[in-house]
Amino acid sequence: MSQSALKSHITETLKRKPILLMSHLVLGYPSVAENHRVIDAMVANGVDMMELQIPFSEPSADGETIARANQSALDLGFKVDQAFEMFSQVTARHQIPFLIMTYFNIMLARGIERFIADAASSGIRGLIIPDLPLEEAGEAMALAKKYGLDWIQLLTPTTPVDRLVKLGAAAEGFTYCVARKGVTGKETNFDELGAYLKQCRKAAPSLPLALGFGVRRKADVDALVGQADIAIIGTEGIRIHENEGAEAVGAFFGGLRE
Amino acid sequence: MSTGYYGPFGGAFIPEILHETFRRLTEEYASARSDPDFWRDYEKLMENYSGRPTPLSFAENLSKHFGRKIYIKREDLNQTGAHKANNVMGQGLLVQRMGKRRVIAETGAGQHGVATATMAARLGLDCVVYMGAKDVARQRPNVFWMERLGATVIPVTAGSQTLKDAINEAMRDWVASMDDTHYVLGTACGAHPFPEMVSWFQSIIGAEAHKQILAQEGRLPTHVYACVGGGSNAMGIFQGFLDNPEVELIGVEAGGDGIDTGRHAARIASNAAVTGVAQGYKTYFLQDGDGQMKETSSVAAGLDYVGVSPILANLHEQKRVRFEAATDSEVMEAHDLLMRKEGLIAALESSHAVAQAFKELPNLPEDAVVVINLSGRGDKDIFTIADALDDPQWREFIIKKGNEYAKGQEKES
Repeated sequence: MSQSALKSHITETLKRKPILLMSHLVLGYPSVAENHRVIDAMVANGVDMMELQIPFSEPSADGETIARANQSALDLGFKVDQAFEMFSQVTARHQIPFLIMTYFNIMLARGIERFIADAASSGIRGLIIPDLPLEEAGEAMALAKKYGLDWIQLLTPTTPVDRLVKLGAAAEGFTYCVARKGVTGKETNFDELGAYLKQCRKAAPSLPLALGFGVRRKADVDALVGQADIAIIGTEGIRIHENEGAEAVGAFFGGLRE
Repeated sequence: MSTGYYGPFGGAFIPEILHETFRRLTEEYASARSDPDFWRDYEKLMENYSGRPTPLSFAENLSKHFGRKIYIKREDLNQTGAHKANNVMGQGLLVQRMGKRRVIAETGAGQHGVATATMAARLGLDCVVYMGAKDVARQRPNVFWMERLGATVIPVTAGSQTLKDAINEAMRDWVASMDDTHYVLGTACGAHPFPEMVSWFQSIIGAEAHKQILAQEGRLPTHVYACVGGGSNAMGIFQGFLDNPEVELIGVEAGGDGIDTGRHAARIASNAAVTGVAQGYKTYFLQDGDGQMKETSSVAAGLDYVGVSPILANLHEQKRVRFEAATDSEVMEAHDLLMRKEGLIAALESSHAVAQAFKELPNLPEDAVVVINLSGRGDKDIFTIADALDDPQWREFIIKKGNEYAKGQEKES
């Protein structure tokens, strides 16, 4: 898989769709079987990319819903080896790009190189590690490059411009712009994002731009068209799954771009 | 470049959203540290508000009992009864410099939470304390005081509902509130600059102890014992003697039911911990092969933590600090002996240092001079100790009290 695979997939898809949808789920929650059902439903309803979160006991960047999902998956005995089995299965079954989202200790415990090599050989396209800032990520980023995985940089509204430029220069695949302060799963005001998104775009002009945190309904996605290339929907998908089941998740994603 | 490393340990593994907050905090801390007025103000505040310098008490009866000289550094005499006051008042002064209006804190047993709440009351700051729901349930007296002091206590129901989860929850608050809020981390752990900054405030313990032992004994101690949860009281007293290689420094972890049972919090002494990254820093964590944190166990809630100060982890690697573990039952015995011989009611945390010293004293050279850091007083442990002793009159008292409350509730409803 060439390094630009993720970027070129996004650019190609943007010719057909006004904005891409990236969904998120926590592996092992509520079960592996249910994960597969949800993934099938998401893909069938047009989800273009997916973040698969390997659960961690200390998910400090996640809000209540996703944090609870992490703990439940672990309480039910989910193991990291199972995550890698799932990666091979879903990447063989579906054509869309899959990314791993997890915390650094999960990578460290497996061995950084082994983790990245296993991810690459199981068809994963990119890595999102929210607790590994640029200053600490050198070794992991070099290994990701070696194995052809994109290392996704997170940009935030509190990041000063000079640092945005630094992060933008290091970015691969796409930039992940965090919509606001706070953790996942809370309200975001979509009217106030314009200036911030322009700065993010300027920091990495050649890369697609994704926006996440608080995207939960069609109006949010509509508001992002023309400003972002990818809308990331995490917590809301998990909430709907909890309340209404896998099929409702499919219908939800299907309706976001109608 | 990465900063804040102590050998292979430390660093700042923080989400991007907090990068700027940490940069400003590090800057403010560095400027305070290079400002001699800041430390003078700090010492003055601690003298006036917390009774510093705390005494270094010669334990005459215990010294006779063991045939070796024993001194006890009395951090139990601080405001709120523990060394925690040193850290919170120092960070409180920093908060004033930064012009922030609100503080948040994590707490396990509630000691750091109570200390932070007193600081917030004294400095006129809003205060929110995150506390594992399990800890809220078993530490009601401290919750009561925090709330009376004007703090909001939020029970954390995530994860194992204990200290580490309270830290995660405080981080979740901070990533949204950093503009007006400072996170008063309670120990020498977490992302840079916390390990170094908390150790700096606690260094007041060691600086005093160094002077005091020279004044009283005319020589340095041969051994210094301190308990190690996160490691702030140990860092505090050890820093007074780090430059004196002839002084042996012993960090005592929670042996719980015994290392071989797996129910303990002895990260280093057990050899069971593996280097990992969580809660913002790299250190030895008790974790499984996948990198998931394990549950820990100790009679002392303040030592019941999966990680350990990165500075202490490095001092262990350098063989400058020796790590040992004391079991719950050894701790209860030592707690009793210290009470009977010296009239000191030690916190169960601090009693770990006492227990390890008692274990080693009979085998030390006869001219040994031992300093034990008594990091906190034990009033807070009355329920735990009464339970462990199965004191029948105490039980009767609680039942009677419970019945009174139950009757009151019936009348209301």
